[in-house]
Formats: sequence, structure tokens, C-alpha cells
Amino acid sequence: MSDLFVTLRINGTDHALSLDPRVTLLDALREHLHFTGTKKGCDQGQCGACTVLVNGRRINSCLTLAVMHEGDEIQTIEGLGTPEHLHPMQQAFLERDGYQCGYCTPGQIMSAVAVLDEIERGVPSHVTHDIGAPPPLSDEEVRERMSGNLCRCSAYPNIIAAIRDVSGGAA
Amino acid sequence: MKAFSYDRAGSVNEALQLAARPDAKFIAGGTNLLDLMKLGIEAPVHLVDINRLGLDTIEPTAEGGLRIGALVRNADLAADMRIRRDYAVLARALVSGASGQLRNKATTAGNLLQRTRCPYFYNTDMPCNKRRPGSGCAAIGGLSHNLGVLGISDACIATHPSDMAVALRVLDATVEIAGARGAARTVPMADFHRLPGETPHLETALREGEMIVAVTLPPPMGGTQIYRKVRERASYAFATVSVALVAREGRIERVAFGGLAPKPWRVDANGSAGEVADAALAGARPTPDNGYKLDLARRTLAAALADAVRLEAGR
Ligand SMILES: Cc1cc2nc3c(=O)[nH]c(=O)nc-3n(C[C@H](O)[C@H](O)[C@H](O)COP(=O)(O)OP(=O)(O)OC[C@H]3O[C@@H](n4cnc5c(N)ncnc54)[C@H](O)[C@@H]3O)c2cc1C
Ligand code: SF4
Ligand code: FES
Ligand code: FES
Repeated sequence: MSDLFVTLRINGTDHALSLDPRVTLLDALREHLHFTGTKKGCDQGQCGACTVLVNGRRINSCLTLAVMHEGDEIQTIEGLGTPEHLHPMQQAFLERDGYQCGYCTPGQIMSAVAVLDEIERGVPSHVTHDIGAPPPLSDEEVRERMSGNLCRCSAYPNIIAAIRDVSGGAA
Repeated sequence: MKAFSYDRAGSVNEALQLAARPDAKFIAGGTNLLDLMKLGIEAPVHLVDINRLGLDTIEPTAEGGLRIGALVRNADLAADMRIRRDYAVLARALVSGASGQLRNKATTAGNLLQRTRCPYFYNTDMPCNKRRPGSGCAAIGGLSHNLGVLGISDACIATHPSDMAVALRVLDATVEIAGARGAARTVPMADFHRLPGETPHLETALREGEMIVAVTLPPPMGGTQIYRKVRERASYAFATVSVALVAREGRIERVAFGGLAPKPWRVDANGSAGEVADAALAGARPTPDNGYKLDLARRTLAAALADAVRLEAGR
């Protein structure tokens, strides 16, 4: 079937594309627009390597179609910081050694930024003991909320430490 | 993935018109449908995007309950203060499912309609009556440690994977459905999911081309509400067994199980946790692989009741 025209707004810039409707947001980013910071791990929503922010909320870009995102604000790791001006979360991952091979890292960082925002907005999690109260900013909360991002190198302790540095808490 | 046409519907009516074509499907969050389309297990010819219909609000009803739009995201439903205060079992069930990323996309309707996680349903090289009617069931006599023990049939022993649905069942929610030929209808959660019988490919009361527009909760029933989920890792896994419980003064008032059956398994029994478990599991038909679920269900119910007692004592 024929391609569709779609304009994707990525990191504040519009990109006009003609796409087969089957193209996922992940493949549009990587293969069509060469934003290769966003990674493909499982392509099934199981690993989190493809995490991006859409209208400020984290999603798995492998389980959504690009044509569904006309008009949305999409943010990738490339839009978070630059090598000269790292985002505080990127800086913290560097300082805490929050990775080994680095493949999962862009997804981890995008997710981590969203996790702190979700806690701030009061979104509960599975480990929120009092579901009616605002969730605390704790290691336990951060760990649970990061469970959608797998790390084959198992850099988990340092990832949590990095996120806690940015959140101003103890690791 | 098979090619398909894509349309973004602007209204419920337009969506229903577009879905009246043969082999059309709605796409909401896409987190289950696209996964299955990549594997060729679902192959719609037309996709109708229903994300921009404005069905994403939670409104009070005249009866004192809440009407949840079909497109309300699982994360937003779990975060809603009314849900957290008055329907805690639902908030708890929602946050026990999937991951933060997935809950931001997954919708109320899509969650109800998600398909089983039976490994043979996912493996297109294997026989599966649900995926290919009449082809047989590879799970019976195969690896079945995660499959069902209640409500199953000789054609299919799969479970329904949703956590949210178990909570909606215990709360006696109703599903509001719209069809191309006008009249909307409502189906209680009790009747929404079907048992497999001879036709495991027919999973719900939804008819071809029909759309879920909302799920309605009756007025809050109070009590102490617990959702306890046992899974193979601490987070981000489907339920092996789960219990949605409403208790009052240390006694079980309502209970439903997840992970045991092709639909949320409500038990109409009261008494001690042991007595309720006996009643629930009386007709169980475990395979050689999944008999452990009977003991686990028993212990999970006892633990959920203990959680409730602890919560009540802390108030
Ligand atoms: C890695 C992973 C882990 C998961 N873990 C859990 C878990 O632990 N617990 C759990 O409960 N779930 C879990 N899920 C499943 C997840 O909850 C579902 O994928 C999600 O709820 C589906 O919602 P959706 O809006 O994305 O549906 P979609 O994928 O958009 O749609 C699913 C089906 O519903 C139909 N549909 C959607 N909306 C409507 C409507 N309004 N009317 C009629 N038909 C409609 C579609 O046509 C499709 O057939 C997991 C998923 C993944 C990928
Ligand atoms: S249990 Fe059901 S879903 Fe699994 S292989 Fe058998 S028929 Fe298919
Ligand atoms: S690539 Fe999207 S979750 Fe793994
Ligand atoms: S750093 Fe290698 S996968 Fe996480």
C-alpha cells in the first residue's frame, strides 16, 4: 500500500517524511532520519533500549507507528544534551560509570529523566506503600520504575547511583 | 509485517465506519497489536487509529461511580486520585503490570483485549487452536507451567494475562460498547471474556466492528482493597498467580484470581481464606507442569488477606 506523508517533530525540529505505515517510530528515527542514539534491542517492548519521550512522557518507540505521531513533540537522546553541554543525567551516568558497553544507555537515560518527572508528578508505582499518598523519592521507587530498562552488562547499581545523584538523594 | 492501510479517525462514528470494512482493526496504544503484527499473528488489512477521539477522560457518573474513557492510559488511570482513594485495587493492579513506558501507552480498552501470553500462541510454527482454529493445542502435553488450571477446555488451556481486568472484575465494572448500527450496549465484566470451550479464538463479547468506548465503575464499595501478584521476577513480568481482594474487618468480601484461567476468576464464596480457596479450586484441572499454581493460589490469597488485616490495623 502507498506511503503516507507525516511530519515528525523531533527535538524541536520538523521533519517531513513519506513513510510506509508499517514503519515504527523507532525505525523512522534510526533508518529514515539517522537519529541512531535511540537503540533497538528486542523490538518487542521488553528491553527499553528504544525509550524516547513523546509529549514529555516515556514510551517504547518500537511498539508505535511513526504515522501515529503527527504533531507530537518527540525527544530523543540527541535532544537531551550535546557533547559540550551534557544534560545533568548524562553527566551523572558518566561520573558514576552507569554503563559498560553503552547500548542500553540512551534508553536508560531517557527513562531516568522521565522517572524523576513521574515521581515529582505523584504517579504511583508498584512499590508505593501508601497508594493514596505522593510516592517518596527512594532507591526502591527508582529501581522499580526503571524495571522496563534492561542492561545486559548489569550496570544497575551505578545507574541507580547516577539517578540518585541527579535527584539529590543518597545512593 | 503484512501491509495495511492506515486511517486516523476523527470521531467515534468515523472510526466505526472505517472499522466496518472486512479485516479492519482499531489501534489504541499499539503495545499488544503491533507486537503480534510483527510476528504475523495479527494481520489486519486496515488499521483505524482511535487515539484522537477524545475518549481519554474519567468522568463521575450520576450513580456515584466513574466512567473511564476507553483511551485513558493505564498510567493516568493508576495516577488518578479518585481511583487511588476509592478503587485502590484497580490502581494497585495497574501499577503491577508491564513497565512505566508501556503503561504510558497502554489503554483501558486495549488492556482488556490483550491476547494470551501462551508461548505456543506466539510460536507460529506450532499448532494452536486460538491462533489457527482446528490446528490443535501444543500446550496440552507441552510446556504448560504458566498456563491455566480453571475454566480451561480440551481445546485451549491459556490464561488471560491482564492484571487490570482482575481488579475490574472484583469491582463489578461494566464495559460500554458502540457498534456501527447505532445502539450502544453494556456488558458486565463477568460476561465480557469468554471461556474457550471448542472456540478458543473467540475471546470476548465484542462483535466484529464494535468498539469499546468506556468502562464504568459502580459507586465505591469501600473495604480494604489489595492486589497481590506473584511472578517470576520482582517486576516487569506477567502474573503467575494474582489475587484482587476486597476485605472488611479481616474477612473476605470479594475476591478474583488472575493467572489461573482464561478470564479473571471471580469466586462467590466467603469464610476463611482456606474455605474460599477450597471453593475456588474445587474444579481445577492442572497439567503435570502447573499443579503448583493450586498451592500458590492458596498461599497468595492467605497473604493478601494478611495484607488487608495489616492495613486495617494501621488505620
Ligand atoms: C513486555 C510487556 C510486558 C507486559 N506486562 C504486562 C503485565 O505484567 N500485566 C498486564 O496486564 N499487561 C502486561 N502487558 C500488556 C499490556 O498491558 C498490553 O499490551 C496493553 O494493555 C494493551 O493496550 P493497548 O492500548 O496498547 O492495546 P493495542 O495493542 O492498541 O490493542 C490491543 C487490541 O485491542 C483492540 N482495541 C484497542 N482499543 C479498542 C477499542 N477501544 N475498541 C475495540 N477494540 C480495541 C485492538 O484492535 C487490538 O486487537 C505487557 C506488555 C508487554 C509488551
Ligand atoms: S493453550 Fe490455547 S493459546 Fe496455548 S497453544 Fe493451546 S490453543 Fe494455543
Ligand atoms: S527495542 Fe523497544 S523495548 Fe526493546
Ligand atoms: S551497558 Fe551494556 S547493556 Fe547496559
